[in-house]
Amino acid sequence: MRRPAGFRTAYDGVVLAAPVTVPYQRFSKESAHHWIARALRGSLAAARISPAELDGFSVASFTLFPDTAVGLTQHLGLTPRWLDHIPTGGASGITALRRAARAVQAGDADVVACVAGDTNHVDSFRRLLSSFSRFAQDASWPYGSGGPNTSFGLLTDHYMHAFGATREDFGRLCVSQRSNALRNPHAIMKEPLTMAQYLSARLISDPIALYDCVMPVAGAEAFLVLRETDAVAQGLPFACIRSTIERHNAFAADPVQMRGGWAVDVDELYGMAQADPTDVDLVQTYDDYPVITMMQIEDLGFCKKGEAPAFVRQRNLTIDGDFPHNTSGGQLSAGQAGAAGGYLGLVEAIRQVTGMAGPTQVAAARLALVSGFGMINYDRGVCSGAVIISGGSS
Amino acid sequence: MTTPISPPPRKNPQKRTRVPVEPPDTRSRAALGLSVAAARGRFMLQVCTECSAILYPPRDACSSCLSVDLEWQVVSNRGRLVAETVIRTSTHIYFRERTPWRVGTVQLDCGPSMICHVHGDCESQGNVRMINRLDKSGHGVLFALPEKEIPAMEDDPQLRELTCSPKFRRILITDARSESGQALARAFSRADAALVFAGEAERWRHWPERDSLKEIDNVELVPLDVSDTQSVEELCGEIGGKVDILVNNARFVRPGGVMDGGDLVFAQQEMEVNCLGLMRLAQAFGPVMRGRGADGVNSATAWVNILSIYAYCNLPQFGVYSASSAAAHSLSQCLRSEMRTGGVRVMNVYTSPTEDEWHQPLPPPKVTASKLASAVVEGLQDGLEEVYVGDLAKDLIDRWSAEPKLLEQEMTRQGGGRE
Repeated sequence: MRRPAGFRTAYDGVVLAAPVTVPYQRFSKESAHHWIARALRGSLAAARISPAELDGFSVASFTLFPDTAVGLTQHLGLTPRWLDHIPTGGASGITALRRAARAVQAGDADVVACVAGDTNHVDSFRRLLSSFSRFAQDASWPYGSGGPNTSFGLLTDHYMHAFGATREDFGRLCVSQRSNALRNPHAIMKEPLTMAQYLSARLISDPIALYDCVMPVAGAEAFLVLRETDAVAQGLPFACIRSTIERHNAFAADPVQMRGGWAVDVDELYGMAQADPTDVDLVQTYDDYPVITMMQIEDLGFCKKGEAPAFVRQRNLTIDGDFPHNTSGGQLSAGQAGAAGGYLGLVEAIRQVTGMAGPTQVAAARLALVSGFGMINYDRGVCSGAVIISGGSS
Repeated sequence: MTTPISPPPRKNPQKRTRVPVEPPDTRSRAALGLSVAAARGRFMLQVCTECSAILYPPRDACSSCLSVDLEWQVVSNRGRLVAETVIRTSTHIYFRERTPWRVGTVQLDCGPSMICHVHGDCESQGNVRMINRLDKSGHGVLFALPEKEIPAMEDDPQLRELTCSPKFRRILITDARSESGQALARAFSRADAALVFAGEAERWRHWPERDSLKEIDNVELVPLDVSDTQSVEELCGEIGGKVDILVNNARFVRPGGVMDGGDLVFAQQEMEVNCLGLMRLAQAFGPVMRGRGADGVNSATAWVNILSIYAYCNLPQFGVYSASSAAAHSLSQCLRSEMRTGGVRVMNVYTSPTEDEWHQPLPPPKVTASKLASAVVEGLQDGLEEVYVGDLAKDLIDRWSAEPKLLEQEMTRQGGGRE
């Protein structure tokens, strides 16, 4: 069922604008509704659209229960004619973008506000983990209840055995992201991180140690998907969608995850964008643990399978380096705001290619690749996606 | 190599007794199949009846062909440990008090890979044997063992959470006077029990084997009549806090049916001992044991009921005895639910007719007292919830599982369907 090149309709005439990050907080007494409202308000204000005018709304959140996007329409006073609730976690930004872009392109909606947000009460992370999915409830949670730390402990152990990666290799990712985060005033982590500190950190779930883990926080992210003509009319800086891919439950027969769905669709990703990996000016991977960033660097074509440790040894992954990566500090240093973790890289990339990234701005950031990865349904992340965007001009 | 456990020191009453907490206990209905298999110590997975795919985690449809016709089958338990981690920080209270905790991913030779608990002696990337056992919440969990037997491997702290090993534990056996009671005392003594309390009713009544029982290491005769509430309460007052495994061994057995049994005297005594005896013991010892379910190396760990296999289907020659066993079987399910919050397992041992005077009218094969006793000890060491002793019991439960009504047809004909 392979399709010929050029089969897919390009995302002509539809753009991304009004990126908003509501600064994260370690714990919050507020609800997910609160965080989502603030992000939505920020994006709508930037585009001078009133809530009543908004006709498309896409939501991703883990902590909205018992509500979904439906409840939010009434709660927030929205009357959309297009509504979506995205369950793909760390891939939710990519998923939301893909669906919203086609809706706007087809005229089913004029503007879709894509929002992800979660709160973080003192005990909400544990509660989320214990009922995350049926397979997790039946077949991983009863085995030590270590949550994602343990899932990624297993993936990292396997990756290290398979490809000879060392803890220093993973440390390089964490240390360079922390140096990026120091330029992001909203990052949760504000102290420098040295390799010595990384290596001597206490173990959490071997070989995962403290600085391999993200900090669960409260926060929200948002952007708008709208017609290019409307963005131009509003004088909004915007990003164009060059290409997207999405894949779920790829390589199910691998006994332990060592690759993600990107590897299935990577040729289509670059083919549709008419670009090569070397054309990309900055990369935002989904980085809840460094091992999954290694897999994305490989599966998205920057090097061969198993060579990411060597790749990160050779390249400089900081904002001013030759491979700018996770420029806001990524989740490892900026924090993981639940489903907003699936938006973090995308929202930052929109800021980057539109020249709005401020202190984390990469010089000459034209083409950005953003990757998403989500939902440890049982033993591995099931959802994957990626998008290439470029700065537009109005 | 596993460090063998040591006999625990005398308890310091000023120190906190670890409070029993259940490990995660929510499961889908499909996943309960694992718990059912674990109760009998079987390594079973779902197999698609249409395309033969072996599936894990438990599910409602085949992920190869979408058939919904899945069946639990015994499958090969060989595999390789392809990834491992040691959990040092857990989000669950049960594991928090037991870290470090080793888990891994095992790829089975027969296909699926599975997250499991890992024995301390398993080698990284090495071959393993999988077992399926009940955890303290009474659910089946997968556990990787080293490929070969290793000395003291049963002492691995993670494995010991799943078993009810008598090693260094204190046992109370009711009705020491019975042949099975004596055999049990000997078997537990051999299995490194710290102390065996052997309950003796009607102490004034002489019995010839008493002296030889007293001479066994670690065996202590104690007064106990399970048909007398005061006797049970008095003994519990003295040793209740020291009983880690209780073996409800007392059985009152007489032939006779409903119409043809004569009067109600034997029936009343059968209910008094076999059914209400269980309740008396449970009301006295149960709460103490449940409170000590996580009390260190010699925590309270198991309650054993010795029941007749005719608890499942009445044998008319022993019709009332069968009924009293069925009542005790039903009570044991209730007790199991009540004990579960303490992590104390209720193990039912369903025996074929035993080789004793009261089963004399029944033809062989029968079960000797020592065979019954070793089945009890092995069942505890394996961490089972259901044990069937003797060929007849195994045959009967097979027939019962296939079609209880058909078994009733067989059992209620002359000779219990064994002509």
